[in-house]
Amino acid sequence: MTQKLDYLKESPSQTAGPYVHIGCVPNAVGVTGVYAQDLGSALFTGPEPSDAITVKGTVYDGLGSALTDAMIEIWQADANGLYASAQETRGQADPGFTGWGRSAGDLATGEFSFRTCKPGRVPYVDGRDQAPHITFWIVARGINTGLHTRLYFADEVEANALDPVLGRVDPARVGTLLAHPEADGIYRFNIYLQGEGETVFFDM
Amino acid sequence: MSKPGGYINRDRLWHPPALTPAYKSSVTRSPNAPLLSLPTSISEETGPVFGDSIIGELDNDLILNFSSTGEAAIGPRIIVHGRVMDEYGRGVPGALIEVWQANAGGRYRHSKETYIAPLDPNFGGCGRMITAEDGSYEFRTVRPGPYPWPNTMNDWRPAHIHFSLFGAAFAQRLITQMYFEGDPLVALCPMANGIADDRARDMLVAPLDMNATIPMDCLAYRFDIVLRGRRQTPFENRKDGL
Repeated sequence: MTQKLDYLKESPSQTAGPYVHIGCVPNAVGVTGVYAQDLGSALFTGPEPSDAITVKGTVYDGLGSALTDAMIEIWQADANGLYASAQETRGQADPGFTGWGRSAGDLATGEFSFRTCKPGRVPYVDGRDQAPHITFWIVARGINTGLHTRLYFADEVEANALDPVLGRVDPARVGTLLAHPEADGIYRFNIYLQGEGETVFFDM
Repeated sequence: MSKPGGYINRDRLWHPPALTPAYKSSVTRSPNAPLLSLPTSISEETGPVFGDSIIGELDNDLILNFSSTGEAAIGPRIIVHGRVMDEYGRGVPGALIEVWQANAGGRYRHSKETYIAPLDPNFGGCGRMITAEDGSYEFRTVRPGPYPWPNTMNDWRPAHIHFSLFGAAFAQRLITQMYFEGDPLVALCPMANGIADDRARDMLVAPLDMNATIPMDCLAYRFDIVLRGRRQTPFENRKDGL
């Protein structure tokens, strides 16, 4: 016998199911009058800066069908590389920017869209700079544990080449994490859950 | 003095795997490639802040928060309460909990839901709250009904309440479900059975808590939730060989 370690185990995940929107974005699915507005519907709490961008995309399953019942969340630093978080100790993030967004996507097509900014660079565990990136978290019916990935910007070639996380990704799959400029200030980031072109998902 | 380190990695054998074929929807929505495991960085060790100011007076009262007339939702009245803790057993204060559920007849208020059971005009099915300094929370609702769902020809969801949790960091982000003590449908549920370890599944089954009932008014269930813990490092992290 040994002494006992009295740590707890994390509560196991369960799927968010097909009706996650009732709980997280009720106004978007017609459950109105309970909350004044859905959380995460705007990352800018005041006027948008002139360099605001749009990030849009669609989540596809292994058969190539668009998910129309997913919920997508993003989390990112502000334009100066500071997080609007109680855990941020390096400085004061932009008070007009929450860094967190949540979208049900279009209920017919599944396309999600966020108005945000290109984040600044933040340090990695070892102090190296990470390339600008946005954390994505996807939940839906059929997803047992929320899937975590990252958006990087295809036009940040130099920063991406030195990014410590991208450096750990199979080079053949790095492209799945790159959002491409589609028009001025608009980036497309499609997410492929399974199969050909499958997005890299992280366990971090 | 010790410093906060990275978050303890998820025990992926404790959680349901991505592919649980008995739950058919997972077959085309589960990645084939293994997840890429890396230590948390500041990107995951931070998370959004939700102050008490976002919470309305009735947000944690599903019996009344959708009703426009003040009339109560129909169904067995229950209180659900518990503590949100980390893996060290420390309470997680300021955590945002969002809950959603079917009504007492097993019907969700959603445009894509077609079950024969009727909607309750006084029940919306969502609630939210922020945990107190010790990680505790409570809300009032009606006990949700079981309902059939398309998987095999005759699958029924056990009565359950969905929980979404934000702790201090995005690394702690979790969505799970609470089941009810004594419900025979839990053992038949492909979603609950996606969890291989009985001890893990038992963590999602809330016991009846007679001490927290309100006599002649409301039954109570206790549901504690554990989020990932953050290491304390008495020594500096190695800079290389992560």
